[in-house]
Amino acid sequence: MTMMPLVRTRASMAYLVLIALTVVTWSFGAHDILGHGHVTASLIILAIAVFKVRIVGLYFMELRDAPSWLRMLFEGYCVAELVVLTVMYLFG
Amino acid sequence: MVTRNAAAHPVLGSGESISARVRHVPGEPGLWIFLFGDLFIFSVLFTAYLNERGNNADEFAAAQGHLERTTGIINTFVLLTSSILVVFATRAVRDERWRHHSSGLFVAGAAVGACFVAIKGVEYHGMISAGLTPSVGNFYMWYFVLTGIHLAHVILGLLVLMCLSRLARNAASSATRIAIVEGGACFWHVVDLLWILIFSLIFLVR
Repeated sequence: MTMMPLVRTRASMAYLVLIALTVVTWSFGAHDILGHGHVTASLIILAIAVFKVRIVGLYFMELRDAPSWLRMLFEGYCVAELVVLTVMYLFG
Repeated sequence: MVTRNAAAHPVLGSGESISARVRHVPGEPGLWIFLFGDLFIFSVLFTAYLNERGNNADEFAAAQGHLERTTGIINTFVLLTSSILVVFATRAVRDERWRHHSSGLFVAGAAVGACFVAIKGVEYHGMISAGLTPSVGNFYMWYFVLTGIHLAHVILGLLVLMCLSRLARNAASSATRIAIVEGGACFWHVVDLLWILIFSLIFLVR
């Protein structure tokens, strides 16, 4: 029996998005693509990193389908992580 | 998808309609205290790292230039690929049609994950050979602390995946067994998730 139905899932799409975003963040880290200096690039890298974390949580860890209290806890973690990392990067 | 007994679940792999989904906590609820605790501890470490970086910006920027970003991005691909294999393995264990693939998928996930350890070993060897040790400066101290603690998580996660592969060999499946598999898989995904942040902070953010 083909395994296609097993791998045809939103998590597979999430995997492809994560790979693409990894390449994007690497590009931002390796080159000053925007021409605005390292600060802008670094803030974008942090935002994409937290977005990737959220994708892993929702689609790999299946928190998308978890009870709302658990999903909200994770969403709260992502928001707090983004705020703390951004503030510490800018003012730490 | 998230039914505990997907044998009675007609939609596995055919889209994930809301009506067919049963909301549940992946793994055992108590596990999430440990997982969020782990995430919190790493968040404290990240905060301390950025604070130290702010106090020694020039030193950190110069030292960061000696890191090999290519190994960092390869290791990111490695962990993401391992994670998706573990996702497939977890889906397989829920459905008797695919359960016989589950153990092999966990082994494949662990094998790919083991590449992370090998690549990190090569990276450490190269840095230490070049004299870039924790005693050289604050950046390298933080580099080895953050990546070292994470590496310990990877090794523990690989052991968990091997245990799950043994567990998945059993043809029968129970709610408890599925919960254990889900919990172990979630730990491995946390390992992946933490590396995404470490890679960005240590290798990319300048």
